[in-house]
Amino acid sequence: MSFVNELYQEVILDHNRQPRNYGDLPDATEKAEGYNPLCGDRVTVYIKRDGDVIQDVKFVGAGCAISTASASLMTETLKGKNLAQARVLFEKFRDMVMGNLDMEMDDEDLEKLVVFHRLSDYPVRVKCATLVWHALLSALEKEEKAVSTE
Amino acid sequence: MDSIERAEATVSDRLTGPCRIDVDRLRGDFPILSSTVYGKPLVYLDNAATTQKPAVVIETLRNYYEQVNSNIHRGVHHLSQVATDEYEKSRRTVQRFLNARKVSEIVFVRGTTEGVNLIAQTFGRSRLAEGDEVVISAMEHHSNIVPWQMVCEQMGARLKVIPMNDRGELLIEKYAGLLGPRTKLVSFVHVSNALGTVNPAREMIQLAHERGIPVVLDGAQSLPHLKVDVQELDVDFFVFSGHKAFGPTGIGAVYGKLKHLEAMPPYQGGGDMISSVSFEKTTYNEVPHKFEAGTPNIAGAIGLGASLEYLAGLDLDVVAGYEEGLVEYAHEALLEVPGLRLIGTAEKKAGVVSFVLESVHPHDIGTILDREGVAIRTGHHCAQPVMDFYGVPATARASFAFYNKREEIDILVQGLGKAIEVFR
Repeated sequence: MSFVNELYQEVILDHNRQPRNYGDLPDATEKAEGYNPLCGDRVTVYIKRDGDVIQDVKFVGAGCAISTASASLMTETLKGKNLAQARVLFEKFRDMVMGNLDMEMDDEDLEKLVVFHRLSDYPVRVKCATLVWHALLSALEKEEKAVSTE
Repeated sequence: MDSIERAEATVSDRLTGPCRIDVDRLRGDFPILSSTVYGKPLVYLDNAATTQKPAVVIETLRNYYEQVNSNIHRGVHHLSQVATDEYEKSRRTVQRFLNARKVSEIVFVRGTTEGVNLIAQTFGRSRLAEGDEVVISAMEHHSNIVPWQMVCEQMGARLKVIPMNDRGELLIEKYAGLLGPRTKLVSFVHVSNALGTVNPAREMIQLAHERGIPVVLDGAQSLPHLKVDVQELDVDFFVFSGHKAFGPTGIGAVYGKLKHLEAMPPYQGGGDMISSVSFEKTTYNEVPHKFEAGTPNIAGAIGLGASLEYLAGLDLDVVAGYEEGLVEYAHEALLEVPGLRLIGTAEKKAGVVSFVLESVHPHDIGTILDREGVAIRTGHHCAQPVMDFYGVPATARASFAFYNKREEIDILVQGLGKAIEVFR
C-alpha cells in the first residue's frame, strides 16, 4: 500500500467528502471552538448532554481532510458515551496518533478511530486530528475561550 | 552587459530557458540540492520561507569557528582583531550590495522582524504622537503589521491600510489619498511573500516624500530576487533577512539614512552600544554600534557577507529575468490543473506562486507533495489579512530561487494531479 493510501484511508476520504454530524445544534448544552494558528483550521463543537451522557454532538468548521474526518469520526464515536468514557477515548486517541499506543493490545474502544493510526508517521499532521478533541474537552470543561493547539 | 543585451537575455530565457544563467552549474554550488527525500530527488520550492545555502557560505561559517572565533570590538588579541575585521568587512559588503552611501548606515539585526521592531520602537516611537497615523498595506506579513500596532497602541496613533485589488495589486490612488497631515510614517512590503506582487516602491516612496513622510521598505522577499539600490529608491529604511538571501539564519540588516539613525534613540541597552557608562550617565556609541547591543551574531554576519558576495557574482538582472520566466511557466502549468485557483495574479510578480485547489485542502496538498520530494509551504504565510481578503484559510505556495528549473515545476504539477486523484 502506498503512503498516500496508508494515511488517507478510504474511511478518512469518505468522512472528508461527506462529514457526518456537520452543523450546529440549537439545543446544545455546551459549545467550544478550536483553532490551529499554524494552519488556520477552525472548528466549533456542539454537545447536547443529558446528565453524564453525551446525547448528541455536532461540529462546524473548515479544515484539511485529516481534521474534517477526525471531527466527523469523533462525533460518530462519542454519541451515547458518558463523560468519563469520552475522556478515556481522547487519551487513547491522542496516544495512538502520537505513536504511544500498543495497537495490538489496546485499540478496541477506539472503534473506527483506528483509521488514524498511521498519523504517528506524520508528526506535523497530528494536531490536525487532535484539534477537534481539544475543543470537545474544553466544551466539557466549560471553558469559554477558543482553545488553541499551541 | 548593456541594457539591450540584458533585455534580450531575459526574453530568450522566457522562450527557450536559461541562456545566460547556467542553472545546472549553479545548483552544484548548493550541496543540499542533490539530496533525496523519501528516495526522490529534492524539489525545493519553499524559497520564500528560507533559501538554501551555497557551499561558500557553509565553508565561511566553518572557517570562522575553526580559525577565527572570538568576540569583537573588545579584545586586544589577534583573533578578536580578525573577527572584528571580518564582521566589519561584512558590513561593507552589505553597504555595497544595497548601494548605501555610508557603511555606518548598515545595522546588523537578527532579521527582518527584528529590523522592523527596531525601527518602530526607535524611529516610530520618537515621531508618533496621539492621533498620528502609520500607513501600511493590505498585503503585509505579520512582521510588518504587529510592530506598528504595538507602537500605535503605545503612542495613541492609528494604523491605516492601503487597499488592494483582486489581482493583489495595491491601489496607488487610494494610497495617495491616505497620506495626510497626520501620516508620520509609511511602511510596506517590497515583494509580497504571500502573493509575489512586486510593489511600485520608487513611485510609492516618491508620493510619501512629496509630503515629507519617511518610508520603511520590507525587503525580505525583494533582496533575493531583484536588484536593490537604496539610493535610487531613496528609501529611508530598508530591512532584510540573510537566510532568505542564501545566508545563515539569525542575521539580517537594517539600512537607514544616516540622518535618521543619528537622530534615533537606541533600541536595546547593553554592552557594545555605549561609549561610557557610569551610574549617573551613559553615553551611547555612535551609529551603527548604538543599535547593536550585546555580542552580535558574528558568524552569521560574516556568513551573510559571503552569501551577498556570492549573489553579487551573478548578474542580478539576468537572475530576475530567469525567475520571472519560472513564475510565468508555473502560472501556465498550474492553470492547466483542474479546479486550481491562483491567489495573486499581479502584473509584476517575483518568485512566488500561491494557489488553492477546489477539492484538496492546502495541508493535504503539502503532505502528498512532500512524499514526491516536493517541498512547498502551506498555511497562511504569516499574512492572515491576505487570506481573509481572498476568503481562504490557507494557500499552497511554491516559491522559487534561481536554482530552480522548469522540470521541477512539472514535478509539482504531477504531484498535484496525484493529490486530486486521491481526493476524487
